[in-house]
Amino acid sequence: MTNLTVNLPGLNLKNPIMPASGCFGFGKEYAQLYDLSQLGAIMIKATTAETRLGNPTPRVAETSSGMLNAIGLQNPGLEKVMASELPWLEQYDTSIIANVAGSQTEDYVEVARAISSAPNVHALELNISCPNVKQGGITFGTDPNIARALTRAVKDVSSVPVYVKLSPNVTDIVQLAKAVEEGGADGITMINTLLGMRLDEKTGRPVIANITGGLSGPAIKPVALRMVYEVRKHTDLPIIGMGGITDVTDVIDFLSAGANAVAVGTANFVNPFVCPEIIAALPEKLHDLGYESVEELVGRSHRL
Amino acid sequence: MIRQEKMVVVSQQQIARNIFELIVKGDLVQDMQEPGQFVHIRVADSFEPLLRRPISIAEINREESQFTMIYRSEGRGTSLLAEKAVGATIDVLGPLGHGFDVDAAKAKAYLIGGGIGVPPLYQLAKELNAKGVETVHILGFESKEAVFYEEKFKALGETHIATVDGSHGTQGFVTHILNELPKDFDTYYSCGPTAMLEAVQWAYPEKQGFLSYEQRMGCGIGACFACVCRTTKSETDYIKVCSDGPVFPAGVVIV
Repeated sequence: MTNLTVNLPGLNLKNPIMPASGCFGFGKEYAQLYDLSQLGAIMIKATTAETRLGNPTPRVAETSSGMLNAIGLQNPGLEKVMASELPWLEQYDTSIIANVAGSQTEDYVEVARAISSAPNVHALELNISCPNVKQGGITFGTDPNIARALTRAVKDVSSVPVYVKLSPNVTDIVQLAKAVEEGGADGITMINTLLGMRLDEKTGRPVIANITGGLSGPAIKPVALRMVYEVRKHTDLPIIGMGGITDVTDVIDFLSAGANAVAVGTANFVNPFVCPEIIAALPEKLHDLGYESVEELVGRSHRL
Repeated sequence: MIRQEKMVVVSQQQIARNIFELIVKGDLVQDMQEPGQFVHIRVADSFEPLLRRPISIAEINREESQFTMIYRSEGRGTSLLAEKAVGATIDVLGPLGHGFDVDAAKAKAYLIGGGIGVPPLYQLAKELNAKGVETVHILGFESKEAVFYEEKFKALGETHIATVDGSHGTQGFVTHILNELPKDFDTYYSCGPTAMLEAVQWAYPEKQGFLSYEQRMGCGIGACFACVCRTTKSETDYIKVCSDGPVFPAGVVIV
């Protein structure tokens, strides 16, 4: 029997597969298609203190083997997420990781304090890497000093472990990883989207109303993999890896590079059943490679 | 229920300039509830192109478990779809969204379509006629070469065609025809470019109407928040075109 379980701070996962924040809403839509209890965890959509209506449309554009999005953290706000989305998710036997976003430190602290007290929130994912909002978001994730201070402020109020979501839009991601580790992060999730743009071929006008958007999908997998590999060399913190994962082979790559678990994002839009399909395929894949557990395989590329 | 199914191509033919009619067979046809719903098609097994394509449902044949899509081949995705031959399989996710309220019309309805917005009106016309509602069809196209299903709509009721270049029917837009027609109907249904939907809405402020909107989509099921529009209800109210729509009563959606 292959052992898929993964134990990380706050998270006793039955398997290492979870949908990534922003690609899965609060789970209701995908619950029409399959039992969410199959999932290792769910990273719910970013929650901010107040209701956010997000950016003007068009908000998405397809690119070669990828897509750009600039949703702008649209969400119903802390109060509604606490009152209806999280209680609804209690029916499922899976861990919930709440993505926390804001425009200033006080916002992050407010949301983190409240949402970490929800009975079914097992960990926070601190979103310091959203490229699509004018204030906050990525500005917290590109300056190591600010990232360290914010992590510490959130750690001080959170009643569950805090994972910090890193941005790839930096010169040295290891520096940011070290900074959030110093700030007391319990883990790292990486990577958020890469800032990009697409132009209308006739008019030259940006296709996305926000002008720029975050690139995701298979196109970014090599970048994400390289960054997980680099960060793993410099920290022992748990890493939840993501960026262009579409199948079980991609999962093996991220685990090999040093991720302890993985998140699947854009692929949910292409194949809504991708997460349960990967979970079903994982035992045989591990066995074929000569491993009897996920934890045995993690980081194998560093042991060669 | 939403399903993902490998459906089999029964027929594929070009019926106008860049316009293809594709008939596929499979179980998910049995779950189609109302005209105006759509399906989300994966055109390649690879990730290039990446995203699914939302395509409207033009006709439902429950007895044969088949349905018809009519689409314009214009980009990478739809040109790959146009290459699918009889016997090939296509990855279909659906049926998705909420369609037209067939029960809303009482005696006479106007069905107003533009370009690739015309197809879902065909199934709607069939269902309205089956209920004894008289349908008048006002359809706009770019030019004579782009016109499709004229005879099929004529078989169901009075049909008027407008072309932008005047090469067939009335020259101009559907609104030019609407201006000449009596207002002796109780309900209108419309699908087409946003500007057309706005014009139709303005033409009949006193009538009950239903409009099918188009918006760039990601997931197609309501999870990604790509296709969001504001509404007239309040500053903070919004709808998702894919899962709350694509059909909404007139006067609700702000575009």
